[in-house]
Amino acid sequence: MAPDMATVELSFSALPEHVRTARLIVTAVARRSGVAEVLLDEVRLAVGEACSRAVEAHRRHCPDEPVQLELTADGDRRFEVIVSDTVPGEDLDGVPAASSPTGRDAWTDGTTLSGPLGGGPGALGLAVISGLADEVVISSTRKGMQIRMSWPTGS
Amino acid sequence: MDLKVNDYTTDDGLTVINVEGEIDVYTAPKLREKLIDLVNKGKFHLLVDMEKVEFLDSTGLGVLVGGLKRVRAHDGSLELVCTQERILKIFRITGLTKVFGIHNSIEEAQENRKSQK
Repeated sequence: MAPDMATVELSFSALPEHVRTARLIVTAVARRSGVAEVLLDEVRLAVGEACSRAVEAHRRHCPDEPVQLELTADGDRRFEVIVSDTVPGEDLDGVPAASSPTGRDAWTDGTTLSGPLGGGPGALGLAVISGLADEVVISSTRKGMQIRMSWPTGS
Repeated sequence: MDLKVNDYTTDDGLTVINVEGEIDVYTAPKLREKLIDLVNKGKFHLLVDMEKVEFLDSTGLGVLVGGLKRVRAHDGSLELVCTQERILKIFRITGLTKVFGIHNSIEEAQENRKSQK
């Protein structure tokens, strides 16, 4: 790693109450890394969405496995957040093919959205991330899903 | 942070739900339970005051949409009071500004309701 790269790694149990902690830590590191104040709300919300999705996926498939975050600031250019889960081969909306009592229905009171975002809360969360992050790359592999988001730093 | 959810019903039958704190994957169930409880008690015209909401994510949006679906099944309504740009932004990104009536104040929502009667 180059000397000017600052990386913070965070690992937390897949529990909803830890998502707020993750949001606070990421926002603090983003501010320290030089992300503009006006963008911090977007960082907070996008990272919260990614962590919520990962926590829900872990709770259904591997509740004992932690959710991983990696925060990297590369000098005066980008602040990057990578949220990784260890749920292999999920669809991009974060909902497995087989339904479960703690899945989509439990999450939104049995309600699904109609219209352009009709794809359940997982899809809604990803739509929010796409709308907020300056750059987003979502990759799903056998090891799990990785959401890579970044924002510019420096003024 | 705990989510505070309180409600009262006005003389004209509008139930105002004051929400204070952060609505996310951890706290959203509390709001969902409140909405379900109110509908079960026959309160079908709801106004959620979001002015003291500090954070809202898609889980919270899902709960509000769920509440809207429930009251509409009884020919009711679920509208919002929100002037905070940081909260309005998530409604705009998701296109939900077209789904929810969003007002600047409780008084404005009441006036709007009277004019529609």
